[in-house]
Amino acid sequence: MSKEIRNFFADKDIQVILGTLLRVGVITSMSVVLVGGLIYLFSNHANAVDYVKFDSGKSGFSSISAIFEGLKALDGAAIIQFGTLLLIFTPIARVVFSIFSFLIERDYLYVLIGLIVLSIILYSLSDKLVG
Amino acid sequence: MYANLTMIFKFYCVRTGDSIFAAMSVLLFTVIVLVGAFLAGFVGSLTGLGGGVIIIPLLTLGLGVDIHYAIGASIISVIATSSGSAAAYVKEGITNIRIGMFLEVATTISAIIGAIVTVYINPGYIAVIFGLILLFSAAMMVRKKIDRSDNDTSGKLAVFFKLNGTYPTAHGAKDYAVHNVVGGFVMMFVAGIISGLLGIGSGALKVIAMDNIMRIPFKVSTTTSNFMMGVTAAASAVVYFHRGQIDPGIAMPVAVGVLLGATIGSKILVRTQTDKLKVVFAIVVTFLAIQMIYNGLSGKL
Repeated sequence: MSKEIRNFFADKDIQVILGTLLRVGVITSMSVVLVGGLIYLFSNHANAVDYVKFDSGKSGFSSISAIFEGLKALDGAAIIQFGTLLLIFTPIARVVFSIFSFLIERDYLYVLIGLIVLSIILYSLSDKLVG
Repeated sequence: MYANLTMIFKFYCVRTGDSIFAAMSVLLFTVIVLVGAFLAGFVGSLTGLGGGVIIIPLLTLGLGVDIHYAIGASIISVIATSSGSAAAYVKEGITNIRIGMFLEVATTISAIIGAIVTVYINPGYIAVIFGLILLFSAAMMVRKKIDRSDNDTSGKLAVFFKLNGTYPTAHGAKDYAVHNVVGGFVMMFVAGIISGLLGIGSGALKVIAMDNIMRIPFKVSTTTSNFMMGVTAAASAVVYFHRGQIDPGIAMPVAVGVLLGATIGSKILVRTQTDKLKVVFAIVVTFLAIQMIYNGLSGKL
């Protein structure tokens, strides 16, 4: 019985930390997107938009290295993309955190399941899947 | 035959493009998308439909944006809204993190498959699939929900994977048991493919998997499905990102607008009856779905 109660409290702590992690991730990344958006609008507001035909090379910020190059130049589009990257990493960070919390609970089955989910995402992050 | 179709398709794009975009500046485009995304997020959270299913027709039918860009922007808004609301739900202790993690194995693999396949499919067909999913979501939205959850813990897989749980109610903690784990897993795989293919959260399909097949209580299934959506969307977003489908000029107003709309919507939701709104909205969505299917079939998207 006492073990059950301890587990319940541990779960409660983990849930509060998980919630905070997600909230901080969303607020941070969306703030970055907003700042980038203002800079982007300031320098591009009068240009004409052209999204009629999908062109994979057009945005120019589809790799992490290109985004960091653009960040150095304070390019608005690069800052927006950096913010969206932070947003994409928020749920991924949540998976990493869950793996650690299951490790603390000694629930090794769920450590394994978490690692499977993480490696699926990391594999897709490795850029081998896009032709 | 196929080459011919794409030729015709390109011709249409250039023509419609000329007329719509001739005078549109980045500023005007951003403002229109921001307002549209705000409304999409607002109504999407009130009706439980999600912002993505509304923002994609708006961008493609309304503004002539290529559906691949619309999908990329929509998936970003899905990550933002699901992570934002999951943050609130997780703290309340309703979300079953084990069910979520377990089913994420299915949804992440299939979301990546969907995201890889999507560019090889004719945009017209994507529009048709999208329309069909819209029709299905509209039907799911107005149907009467029947809670079939119970506490019969005879499922061996559910016990092995520790999926059975408890959730807080007004009368104290309530136990529930998970059924048909294999069936739910397969249905989640399908939901993930649709999510990766169309850039939406595919909540309607996840509800089928969790409420009807696995027989999880509503409160637990909605919050857990929402919890999983962020990771599922992140898996396919990574593929879209590398491919250049996430364009900052569209993703920015869509993500900001949908998130703001959904946040305000969820605050109002607590003290509003949404039954009538759902019926009205189901009609609007049905109309959008028919438009998407028609435009898809006639090669205008």
